[in-house]
Amino acid sequence: MIAEAGHYALVLALALSLIQSVAPIAGVRLRDGALMNVGRATALAQFAFVAVAFGALTLLYVLSDFSVLNVFENSHSAKPLVYKFTGVWGNHEGSMLLWVTILALFGALVALFGNHLPQALRALVLAVQGWIGAAFYLFILFTSNPFLRVASPPFEGRDLNPVLQDPGLALHPPLLYLGYVGFSVAFSFAVAALIEGRLDAAWARWVRPWTLMAWIFLTLGIAMGSYWAYYELGWGGWWFWDPVENASLMPWLSGTALLHSAVVMEKRDALKVWTVLLAILTFSLSLLGTFLVRSGVLTSVHAFATDPTRGVFILLILCTFIGGSLALYAWRAPTLKQGGLFAPVSREGALVLNNLLLTTACATVFVGTLYPLGLELFTGDKISVGAPFFNMTFGPLFVLLLLMVPFGTLLAWKRGDLPGAAQRLMAAGLIALVTVLAVAAWTSGRAVLASVTIGLAVFVILGAATELAERIMLFKLPLKVALRRAVGLPRSTFGRTLAHAGLGIAMIGIVCETTWNSEHIAAMKPGDVAAIGSYVARLDRVGERQGPNYREQLAEFTILRNGNEIGTMTPSKRNFAARASSTTEAALLSRGASQIYISLGDVNADGAITVRAYHKPLVLLIWFGPLLMAFGGLLSLSDRRLRVGAPQPARAARRLQAAE
Amino acid sequence: MARRFFALMMAVALAWPAAALAVQPDEIMPDPAQEARARALSREIRCMVCQNQSIDDSDASLARDLRLLVRERIAKGDSDREVRDFLVARYGEFVLLKPPFELHTLLLWLLPPLVLIGGGLALWRRGRERARVALASGDRPPPLTPEEEARLETLLAEPASGAGGDDGKITKD
Repeated sequence: MIAEAGHYALVLALALSLIQSVAPIAGVRLRDGALMNVGRATALAQFAFVAVAFGALTLLYVLSDFSVLNVFENSHSAKPLVYKFTGVWGNHEGSMLLWVTILALFGALVALFGNHLPQALRALVLAVQGWIGAAFYLFILFTSNPFLRVASPPFEGRDLNPVLQDPGLALHPPLLYLGYVGFSVAFSFAVAALIEGRLDAAWARWVRPWTLMAWIFLTLGIAMGSYWAYYELGWGGWWFWDPVENASLMPWLSGTALLHSAVVMEKRDALKVWTVLLAILTFSLSLLGTFLVRSGVLTSVHAFATDPTRGVFILLILCTFIGGSLALYAWRAPTLKQGGLFAPVSREGALVLNNLLLTTACATVFVGTLYPLGLELFTGDKISVGAPFFNMTFGPLFVLLLLMVPFGTLLAWKRGDLPGAAQRLMAAGLIALVTVLAVAAWTSGRAVLASVTIGLAVFVILGAATELAERIMLFKLPLKVALRRAVGLPRSTFGRTLAHAGLGIAMIGIVCETTWNSEHIAAMKPGDVAAIGSYVARLDRVGERQGPNYREQLAEFTILRNGNEIGTMTPSKRNFAARASSTTEAALLSRGASQIYISLGDVNADGAITVRAYHKPLVLLIWFGPLLMAFGGLLSLSDRRLRVGAPQPARAARRLQAAE
Repeated sequence: MARRFFALMMAVALAWPAAALAVQPDEIMPDPAQEARARALSREIRCMVCQNQSIDDSDASLARDLRLLVRERIAKGDSDREVRDFLVARYGEFVLLKPPFELHTLLLWLLPPLVLIGGGLALWRRGRERARVALASGDRPPPLTPEEEARLETLLAEPASGAGGDDGKITKD
């Protein structure tokens, strides 16, 4: 009954999205306001029905209704309650349902908070959202229906894949999808602007908050996924240049470019045509990511060929939307007016360079990810493109980008003064140089590359601080006045400073972890000790414990430094009977931003247990950087300038301003 | 994170491989310098039955065989290059995570620099072009339409509620 209700709600949502696809456009053509407003009502109702469908599936999971195929395949009655909730999106069908739910949520948000938008633009945006929705409802209903029943219901389910039974993974897909799907709003705005043939600075102002919101979620989603891989997979890696990872990195790179070019468009009315293209490309890359992950094409071209229904369907959606929007772009973009002029050395010029580097980085990831697939398809040759390739190509591009960030933020709009900017960055540059020398001296000159990159990261952080200090005239005015000026600064300024500093901080973490990671692999028995960096780990006890739906083997370590006990660590290895598979639960001990990391392997015949222990210096900075970037984004989003297009009534904005 | 999505995907089709450790204690070579070389090499060799994992990361038994093979060759005195060539001769180019620069990987290696240089050139030429056109036309924006004039009037008449410029000042650009 619940399953049928959910299924029915999903069909109704499809029907509503079809109306939403057509009615508002007809309204715009006929200049009929009532017809245009149909889009609002359908967007809200559509979200209500998808929410019902999603709620129904969740309820089926919580009730462990194994007569539903999807629940039977991915749940177990003994599974902890929280994983019954999160298990809903721990499988193909459920995650696609989550995808459309979030899409409908964004549509509803545009309908609710788009009061400032011109009526025709809002109608067109919602219509485009309707097209995307309709395509994916059809995909779910025809190829991935989560509400199918089993003819003879079994007593027990097959349980959720154990690696997914983890709080990090419970949150990761929703965050990632909020990012992926959030870019659909920018896409819809771009297509609407192309249809309307009207594109002005106000358009950029409406698009920016939505893009920023999606970008924040995507940043958090990627960072969380990376941290999960770090602690769950048992060998302490945090980025693998895996195609699926790349699939989420590509929209992040082009989304970051979009964020920056939208600033130029808003402030200077320039880069308009390019911004529209980026908005289209960013969501296209999100769709591509969905295709890569969902079609099975990544495992092998042949796996895709054996069961192509889903893959071909998504490929069709992909081609329709990407091809359609790019064709529309090619047709309409030449008619759009070009915007303001600027000298090559200017804030705009720097942001263009930022876009060029980010786009190239994105193209690099794109070609590295898809080249092996293409080559196998066309010539039958099999090659691998892995981490060494990406480190070699992507790395230099990002170093170049980082080097540029401090200069870009200090250049004036329209015409900048590069020697002047360099002069203002003198202090930051000097400290960075001293850092390089200090690190080189401390490591006796053995890690030149690491010293230089750490210096660069310091330069980025201090460059961001310099810009802030200049704005409030720190050191030029009395401290009190400077602080008062700081309070008066728009929050987006702080947001930018934090986000750029976050880049540098993440960079430091990445360099330190990869350069000075120390590792100890050994078979240990109770009483044995292992030296990890300047720490010593002593194995005290090996034991077993029964969990709710698993049995785990654990080992207790005492960590010593200079003979003093500083903590205990208990890594374990869980065996899940229902799936006959196991997971490693690494133990982590943080010392400042550094971590000691221990994971367990198999028990040998002689009773010794295989142990992998690491000391990872400043590893936490790798995730602290993105967190800071996301927080910077959030600050910018709360800036009153952006609220013009964001969900916040104008009156509240005014009150806030008075309070400042 | 990739592993997560991969896991999601595989959850439908396959069971997740049992999590275990990659390099085992009994594999480690007595000479630390040789072991370091073996580790560095292992990171560039693909475990052919895994999805995009190096043999250094993978816990598959094939990866273990390859790790032992790499160490065996190093112990026999092979150079890094000889080890790689040996593996390619045996398993094909598929084992290399960094594909060699050859005719069929030309586009792969050249696309990033081409995009960068091509994009830069295009931007430069376009900038010059537009500057010339602007110089000729006097860089004046087209006049506002009457409706736009009226909107501007109402906007300017409103108290400053959200028209702050980049640094909080009211700007008129």
